Amino acid sequence: MKGMSIIVQKICQIVAPVIFLFGIYIVIHGHLTPGGGFAGGVIMAGAFIFQIISYGSDLPKLQKKEFSLEILESSGILGFLIIACLGLLFSTVGIFFANFLPTGKIGELVSAGYIPLANIVVAAEVSAAISLIFLAMIVFKEEISDDR
Amino acid sequence: MEIYLIIILALMILGAVFSLHAKDLLSAVISYGIVGFGLVIAFLLLQAPDLALVLIVVEIITLIIMLAVIKNTTHEEEKKSFSLSSVIYVCVALLFTLFFFVIFARFGSGLARFGEDTMRMATAYIDAVHLTGSANLVTGVVFGFRAYDTLGEATVLFTAVVGVLAILRIKGKKEED
Amino acid sequence: MILYILCFVLFMVGLYGVLVKRNLIKIIIGLAIIEYSVFLFLILIGYVKDGTAPILNSEAEGAIFVDPLPQAMVLTAIVIGLATTAMLLSIAIRLYRKYGTFDIREIRSLKG
Repeated sequence: MKGMSIIVQKICQIVAPVIFLFGIYIVIHGHLTPGGGFAGGVIMAGAFIFQIISYGSDLPKLQKKEFSLEILESSGILGFLIIACLGLLFSTVGIFFANFLPTGKIGELVSAGYIPLANIVVAAEVSAAISLIFLAMIVFKEEISDDR
Repeated sequence: MEIYLIIILALMILGAVFSLHAKDLLSAVISYGIVGFGLVIAFLLLQAPDLALVLIVVEIITLIIMLAVIKNTTHEEEKKSFSLSSVIYVCVALLFTLFFFVIFARFGSGLARFGEDTMRMATAYIDAVHLTGSANLVTGVVFGFRAYDTLGEATVLFTAVVGVLAILRIKGKKEED
Repeated sequence: MILYILCFVLFMVGLYGVLVKRNLIKIIIGLAIIEYSVFLFLILIGYVKDGTAPILNSEAEGAIFVDPLPQAMVLTAIVIGLATTAMLLSIAIRLYRKYGTFDIREIRSLKG
């Protein structure tokens, strides 16, 4: 896949980190403002897809040997399961998905139990999954059926 | 309020009909974007900002993937030929629509008017905000009261990625000849 | 009440696309239109008149809130819809590479 002209590449260099930072902001403030894990995760994937489209397939560091995206996605969903099992072990009630961190005052950044941690983990999983779908279908579709 | 939603729904229906009848596949995909973006405006009018955020980015990503698939394969449609089975399908669909309207006219009074029904669980979730402690009620429901559904959704997304990678990697025997 | 009927008409337009059309991409577009109509119907059920978005602010004491439960359901359903559409498109890519066409009648008759 060919890249785009030099103007688009320069604008992408300036704008894509801002989009990524905006996605992180939406994830972390998921329990205070509209958004949450899913919205922030797809926005982070959107920043990554924007870079791929503007630079083309020969973006440096795109290799097929080991996918760090696969590791990120698998550790995302494993982290969600670990948070659920920690509620089983460490809370007084002793059920799956119990809230084992203190609730705190409504409206502060550090509050609402394990919900900020769950937002971060789900955002990692969703962004890695959507980026992996895009890479597999658009960039690597010619080479995948030949090697490995 | 209702009149805005009626106008947007009518535009969505027009966009959907045009998208299914376009001769060129490129026009079909671009006018499928009308349905998605109209739905985003409808979600903003219905006071659901979380959904509007997710849907606008998901819609753009779907359009990008569809456009890349069409660019790499073909973007023309075959010629139309009238066949008997499509007439049977359309007649069955019209019968089903008539059946739905009859049932709706008779028993539709159970469905409340637009904007006047409050369910029991909604008041229970709004009053129990001190149990989860999050100011965003939708996040409190998604990750607090209904965390099993979120676990299932994460599993479905993971399985879909595994499926896409597995489908695009199979080497068929006939492709080597 | 007319909003529910218009939602159903959108569902029927998508169903027409799935049943009648011969091109594979049009079938996928019809399936996505069906999903969007169901999302809209769920959110229409949960709307309360003069309600605001379900976020607790410091100045929104005692306000009427919209129903948060259908919004939570549709939030996960949107991402699942994206995953389903992506998987259908990858199957379409494989079919095109093997048969050279998107027409389902010719694919059915080739039986390779």
